[in-house]
Amino acid sequence: MHLLYSIFVDPFMQMGHAPDLLVQTLWDGLVSGVLYALIALGFVLIFKASGVFNFAQGIMVVFAALTLVGLNEHGVPAYVALALTVVVMLVLAVAVERAILRPLVNQPEIILFMATFGLTYVLIGLGELIFGGDPKVMISGELGLPSGSYRINMLGGYVQLQKIDIAAAIIASLMVAGLGIVFNRTRIGRALRAVADSHRAALSVGISLEQIWVVVWFAAGVVALATGIMWGARSNVSFALEIIALKALPVLILGGFTSIPGAIVGGLIIGVGEKMGEFYWGPLVGGGIESWFAYVIALVFLLFRPQGLFGERIIERL
Amino acid sequence: MFYREVGQYKTSYAADQALLPILQDRIGIAVILLIAFVAVPLTASNFALDSVLIPILVLSLAATGLNLLTGYTGLLSLGTGGFMGVGAFACYKLTTFFPNVNIIFLILCSGFFAAAIGTVFGLPSLRIKGFYLAVATLAAQFFLSWCFIRIPWLYNYNISASIEVPTKTMFGLAVTGPTASSVTRYLIVLSIVAALVLMAANLMRGRIGRTWMAVRDMDLAAELIGIRLYQTKLLAFAVSSFYCGVAGAMMVFLWLGNAESESFNINQSFLILFMVIIGGLGSLLGSFLGAALIWGLPIVLRHAPDYLGLHIRSATVDQSTFVILGVLIIFFLIVEPHGLARLWQIGKQKLRVWPFPY
Repeated sequence: MHLLYSIFVDPFMQMGHAPDLLVQTLWDGLVSGVLYALIALGFVLIFKASGVFNFAQGIMVVFAALTLVGLNEHGVPAYVALALTVVVMLVLAVAVERAILRPLVNQPEIILFMATFGLTYVLIGLGELIFGGDPKVMISGELGLPSGSYRINMLGGYVQLQKIDIAAAIIASLMVAGLGIVFNRTRIGRALRAVADSHRAALSVGISLEQIWVVVWFAAGVVALATGIMWGARSNVSFALEIIALKALPVLILGGFTSIPGAIVGGLIIGVGEKMGEFYWGPLVGGGIESWFAYVIALVFLLFRPQGLFGERIIERL
Repeated sequence: MFYREVGQYKTSYAADQALLPILQDRIGIAVILLIAFVAVPLTASNFALDSVLIPILVLSLAATGLNLLTGYTGLLSLGTGGFMGVGAFACYKLTTFFPNVNIIFLILCSGFFAAAIGTVFGLPSLRIKGFYLAVATLAAQFFLSWCFIRIPWLYNYNISASIEVPTKTMFGLAVTGPTASSVTRYLIVLSIVAALVLMAANLMRGRIGRTWMAVRDMDLAAELIGIRLYQTKLLAFAVSSFYCGVAGAMMVFLWLGNAESESFNINQSFLILFMVIIGGLGSLLGSFLGAALIWGLPIVLRHAPDYLGLHIRSATVDQSTFVILGVLIIFFLIVEPHGLARLWQIGKQKLRVWPFPY
């Protein structure tokens, strides 16, 4: 009885008593949700266009951020370093297409999945060899990102909003809008959607798969760079960031592997759910439940919609 | 020439269905077992046993377990590390509750605990498939890792939050704990692995293995010919987790000697999955080849600069090992996507037709 009370009644009483805390928790959840959504976006872009479950997305985030900071440390001005990092991501995209995707075309999905593991190892090793394994401070000031926070007096308490988080949300929305325009309005975007629908049909009307793959991996690289800057500005740039890639996986199964809106909505749901769960229900079992609570949320959704929230309906035939 | 089955007539169903129908295979297996059981313990150094052979055997068993699930039943799982952990912690608790029971019996028993947990986490497998299922099994991995840290009962409220293996004896010989000799532990690991892999091989050529493979090839069609999908998939999860659990218990009791929750984290799961895929999905031989390659390669890479007389900082060596390992994984996948086991098949064909190419 006491247990049921502490699960179903107590947390909601707490929410009612301290609405400012509730708003703060919701905000924190939304902010981390935006970052999860950005990583999931990188996954979805690649999965849609090439059918590759890109495990290396997380390390691409780290690699992009490290390159940016590392270049700046060697005396390159911040904006030049940013442009150079974009070039590095383009080189990476071309290299991945040449070295991994092209030789492995038409292989089962699991083989490509494994290959991105190999890519992860290569990027970890290269990143440490070139830039060293120590955590670095993101150059958010040089890039013109705001710091500090607003304190808003509301609901009988204070809610603290970090300026960098607001900037992250705005940049993320701009990126999603930009991707949406590219996907729907441009020639290359139409080609991308065609490839996502059917590789063979796209090939038969003369779309170059190789070119599309490079474009998609490059787009994912740019998304990774943006994620790396945002996440790096909140904490440091280190290889521990790779863990966030795993955080994006429940977002994927929640939103569906092939849906960009799914990645965004899923990211927000997971972010909010995770923070709420940790804050209100975590103490019941000793805390630290963030590592798996997101998966539980995603699994519950999956039981009702096996294809995820926005995924394409799975039709199986013999 | 060397591998001809010409003239080996099978005159009964039993002979046709035998585990090793060809004479050369029987001789080969006998030779390998002879070397493993007699020659290796007599000649190998403690280093070779402790850091090469025992780990490879233990990891092979875990890879076999995952192979039963992923390679034979087609269910991708990323929870292997967690299931190994369940086996290890279950074995540790069993030794505290039943200090006088034979340790090998307890190691095998702990597999059943892992099987039970594995079945529970296999429950979503009917609704969801493919990568969705893989991510769902990650839930198992993270939840179990969390349990290993947050439930102090599991490690007997030890302050270091790790399990220390007690010394157990059998026939007056120390089997586990710091005083046990490498050779003893090697022989026990080898016996358990050999017995369990023999069981797996038999499982695979019988009814259960065939239903698993039918489910892997196309689960809808399998359902139509009367295979109960749910039971079959759950059984695969249970058996696979049993193998992983035994491997986890052996890892702690017969190889490492102590363990923390860190030993069973997500990287362990990925490592085992590597072994299965590099070795060959759906091949018991592949599990061994994959384990040997993935475990052996870093050791070779780490010692290579010394042999070559190069002096490189150890950090640089570690980082280069990562890069080389990654490149090799991609290379192997490109050259032979069906795994090392396929190389052995090609080699057999070459031996069969030698010296003529056709």
